[in-house]
Amino acid sequence: MQSRREFLAHGGALVVGFSAFSQSVEAQGPFDTHSSHIDPKKLDSWLVVGADGSITAHTGKCDLGQGIATAQTQLVAEELCVPIARVKLIQCDTDITPDQGTTSGSQSTPTNFNAQGLALAAATAREGLLHLAAAKLGVPGGELSVVDGQVRSATGQSVSYAELVGGKHFNLPLDVKAKRRTHDQWSVLGKPVASLDRTALMTGQFEFVHSVKVPGMLHGRVIRPPEMGATLVSVDRSSVQNIPNVKVVVRKNFVGIVAETQHQAAMAARQLRVRWNRGPALPAQRTFFEYMQKEPSRDTLSVDSGDTAGALAGAGKVMRARYTYPYQMHGSLAASCAVADVQAQKATVWSATQSAYPTRNVIASVLKLPVDSVRVIFVRGSGCYGLNGADAVSFDAAVLSQAVGRPVRLQFSRQDEMMWENLGAACVVEHRAALAADGKIMAWDRENWVASLGNRPGYDRPGNVVSGMLLGYEPELLKPGPARPPSGELRNRSNHVPPYLAGCVEGKCGGNGVIRSERVLTHTMKSPFFTGPLRSPLRIQNTFASECFMDELCAQANADPVDFRIAHLKDERLIAVVRAAAKAANWHTHPLRRAGDAGRKMMGRGVACVDYEGGNGYAAIVADVEVDRESGIVRPTRFVVAIDCGPISNPDGVRNQTEGGILQGMSRALVEEVTWDERRITSTDWVTYRSLYLDYEMPTIECVFVEPKGVPALGAGETAITVAPAAIGNAIFDATGARMRTLPFTPVRVLAAMRPGETA
Amino acid sequence: MTLLVNGRRHTVRAEPDTPLLFVLNDEIGLRGPRFGCGMAQCGSCTVILRGQVVRSCVMPVKAVGQDEVTTLEGLGTPDQLHPLQQAFVDEGAAQCGFCLSGVILTAKAILDAKPDASDEEIRMALGGVLCRCFAHVRMLRAIRKYAEGRKHAVPA
Repeated sequence: MQSRREFLAHGGALVVGFSAFSQSVEAQGPFDTHSSHIDPKKLDSWLVVGADGSITAHTGKCDLGQGIATAQTQLVAEELCVPIARVKLIQCDTDITPDQGTTSGSQSTPTNFNAQGLALAAATAREGLLHLAAAKLGVPGGELSVVDGQVRSATGQSVSYAELVGGKHFNLPLDVKAKRRTHDQWSVLGKPVASLDRTALMTGQFEFVHSVKVPGMLHGRVIRPPEMGATLVSVDRSSVQNIPNVKVVVRKNFVGIVAETQHQAAMAARQLRVRWNRGPALPAQRTFFEYMQKEPSRDTLSVDSGDTAGALAGAGKVMRARYTYPYQMHGSLAASCAVADVQAQKATVWSATQSAYPTRNVIASVLKLPVDSVRVIFVRGSGCYGLNGADAVSFDAAVLSQAVGRPVRLQFSRQDEMMWENLGAACVVEHRAALAADGKIMAWDRENWVASLGNRPGYDRPGNVVSGMLLGYEPELLKPGPARPPSGELRNRSNHVPPYLAGCVEGKCGGNGVIRSERVLTHTMKSPFFTGPLRSPLRIQNTFASECFMDELCAQANADPVDFRIAHLKDERLIAVVRAAAKAANWHTHPLRRAGDAGRKMMGRGVACVDYEGGNGYAAIVADVEVDRESGIVRPTRFVVAIDCGPISNPDGVRNQTEGGILQGMSRALVEEVTWDERRITSTDWVTYRSLYLDYEMPTIECVFVEPKGVPALGAGETAITVAPAAIGNAIFDATGARMRTLPFTPVRVLAAMRPGETA
Repeated sequence: MTLLVNGRRHTVRAEPDTPLLFVLNDEIGLRGPRFGCGMAQCGSCTVILRGQVVRSCVMPVKAVGQDEVTTLEGLGTPDQLHPLQQAFVDEGAAQCGFCLSGVILTAKAILDAKPDASDEEIRMALGGVLCRCFAHVRMLRAIRKYAEGRKHAVPA
C-alpha cells in the first residue's frame, strides 16, 4: 500500500490536518500511524500540538453534513484557548482516530461535549500544558492564564504551547478530574460559528467521497438481483466482451463489473446478461399492516401496571385507535460511492460510512484479512440521515478491488441505492385508553408492531445489509418469543412509551407523565425488506402515533391541547418546551375544533412534543396548516419549535439542523412512502419515491432555544423531525375534523378522512 | 476532443456518448457537478451551457461542441466568491452541500435571464432541484438576497 505521503503527492484525498500530522510523524516515528497505537485512554491519541503551535484533534465522530466538525473544532479551541483557525480536526480514520463506534443516534454531542471523549482530552491537554508551563516558568499553576496558545504568568513571563510540547508526546492519560471550561467562561463555544466547510462547498471545491481519486483506479458497478430473495443461476460474460478490459466479478450471489472508465462500467452493468432464480412472493402492500399483526413476533413489555384491562373494562367509554406508518427511505441525494485499494496484505477504503471502525472489521472479515491490516478513512458523502448505502458500497468496493487487484471506485446507481437500502421501519400502533370523570386519562394501553430485518452491520454482521446477504452472510436472527415482565428500569430509547405515562418499572417511575395505569407491549416481526436506523428511528413513528392519539383523547375531553398535555406531564423540562413553543406561537387556549372553517381554505393548528429517547433532548412544536376542502391538499404555513438540548455549542448549527429536520419531517408526513409489487420495491427513483423539491412553498420556521445551564449537553439533530408529522396531523384535525391515522397525508387520504363513508 | 470549461480549454479522451458529468469528474477532475441519480431527476450534476442549466449526467459529451461549460467552480473561487456564492456563505445555506450545483447554478441562470424574477418564478425554476437535507428556507433566502443586491448593483 502506498504511504499517506505518496498518496497525497498524487493529489489524492483527505488533506485535513495532514501538515500537522506529518510533523508529528517526523518528530516521533510511527506515532498514531496505525490503529494499534491508538489508546483512547491516552491524550496523545486525541490531540497533537505541532511544532508550529497548531492543534490537531482526532475524533471518532464525523461530519455527515450535520455540522459536528465545526462544533468539535469549537470545543477544542475553547478548551485549549486558541482561535478556531489553529485547530485541525481529523475525523474517523481507523489508523489515526480513537474508536467511537458509529456517528449516529444524536450521540455525538452527549459523547464528545460532556465529561468524556474529545472534551475530556482537550481539558486534560489544557491542564497538562498549564502544569508544564508552571514548572518551566517557576510559578504556581493557579497564577497562569492562557491567551491564544500562550501561557502567561502574572508577572508577564510567557511560554507557548509549541515551546512546551510542540511536536512531542504529552505522555499523559486522560484525566477524569480535568475541569472543562464552564459555560460562563466560554468565548468560542455557545457562539454561532459559520460551518467551516461553507466556502469550499459553495465553490465546488469540497471533497466528497465521490471525488476521491487513487492512482491506477478502475471503475465499478454492481448488478443486483431483480427481487428480494433471488439467487444467482448464471452470468454470461460474453455479453460484455465488446467492452475492452471489462472484468466480471462473481462471489456467491454478488455480481459486479470493473472497467476502465465510468461510462464503460455503466454500459457493462446494463449489458451484462445475468440469470436469477426467483425469490418468494412479497406480502401485498395493500394489506401489509394486517400481515404485520399476524406474523410471529418477538415481544417486549416496557411497562405493565397489570390493571389496564380492568380499568378499561370498567370505564364508560374506551377510546381506541390504530395508527400505521409506512416504510420510508433515507433517499440520500447521492447514490452511494466508495473507493477501495485492496492489496495482498493490506486494504484501504475511503468511505462515507457513519461507522469507520465497525466497517473496518466487517471488511476485514469479508476480505479474510487481519483486522489491523485494513484502514477505513471517512470521507463525507451526501447527507445520509442514518444507514443509507454507504456501508454496503464500501463492502462491495473492497470485494471488487480484491478480485481485480487494483483500486476500484464503486458508484451505485439510483436503483441500487433505493431498491436495496435499509428502510425506515413500517409500524402499527394500537391504543386503548379511557378518561376519568375529571376529564383526565385514567388508563392507557398501547401495543405496537415493528417490521425488522438486518440493521447496522456493527463489527461482525455483514448480513445485516444487502452486500453481506449476497456474499452469503445471514442477518441478525429475530427469534419470536413472548414478553417477560418489565425489569430493571424504564427503557424508552424508541419513544414507544408515551410521555404521559408514569413509566413505572419495579416501583421506580422513569416516565415523563402521571398516568399510572399503563401497559406498553412491542411486537417485532420479520420484515420482507432490510430495515435500519432512519433519522429518528422508531421515535418518529411512535411519536406520530402517541401524540396524535393524545390529541384524540384531548378532543374527547373537550380540552385545550397544550393544557391537556401539561396536565398529564410531570417532567419539568418537557413541560418547559411545551410552554415555550405555545408562548412563541401565541397559542390561544381553545378546545380542538371538529367542524372546521366554512370556506375552501380551512386553517388549523396542532401541537406535539417529545423527550427524545427518554432523556436525550426535548422538543415541542406548534404547526399551522391550511387544508384545501376541494383538493385535500395540506400546506403547512408556519412552525414554531422550542428545543432544549442543554448547553448549545453552535447555535447556528442547531438552528440549521432544526429547520432541516422540521422540513424533512414535513416531507415524510406529506409525500414519502415506499411502494412495492408482488416481487420488488417499485419506488426506486425520484419519480416513484416522492420528496418535496425546492419549488415547494415553504412554511416559516421560528426556533426558540430553552437553554438550561449546568446540565449535560444533549442531542439536537433528531428532536425537531420527530414531532413534525404528529403536529401536522393534529393541525389537520383542528382544521377539518378529519383524523389522519396513517402517513403520508396525501390529498386522497385527507379527502377520504374528511368524508367518511364516501369513496374517494 | 477539446472542451471549454470554466474559461479553460481541455483536451480529453472520451467516447462521444460518455455523459458530460463523467468527463468533468474523471478527465478534468472537477468536484462541483456530482452524480446523484444519473437520470436528470435531482440536479446534483447541473452545469450551465449556452445560458441554460443542463443535467450533465444525461448529456453526451459530443453534444457540447465548442460552447463553454460553466460548473460551480466556474462562478467564483474561495478567495473571490461570486456574489451568489457569497450570499449562500452568509446565509449558511447548506447542510451536506451535495445539491449545491443544482441550487446555485439554477438560481444564477434564472436571474441572468430575468433579473427581476419574483420569488415564485425563482421557486418554479428550482422545481427539478432536490435537497434532501431540506436547507430550503436558507437557500431561498440567500437567492433573494443575491437578487436584491444584483438589482442595486446594476447601473441604471
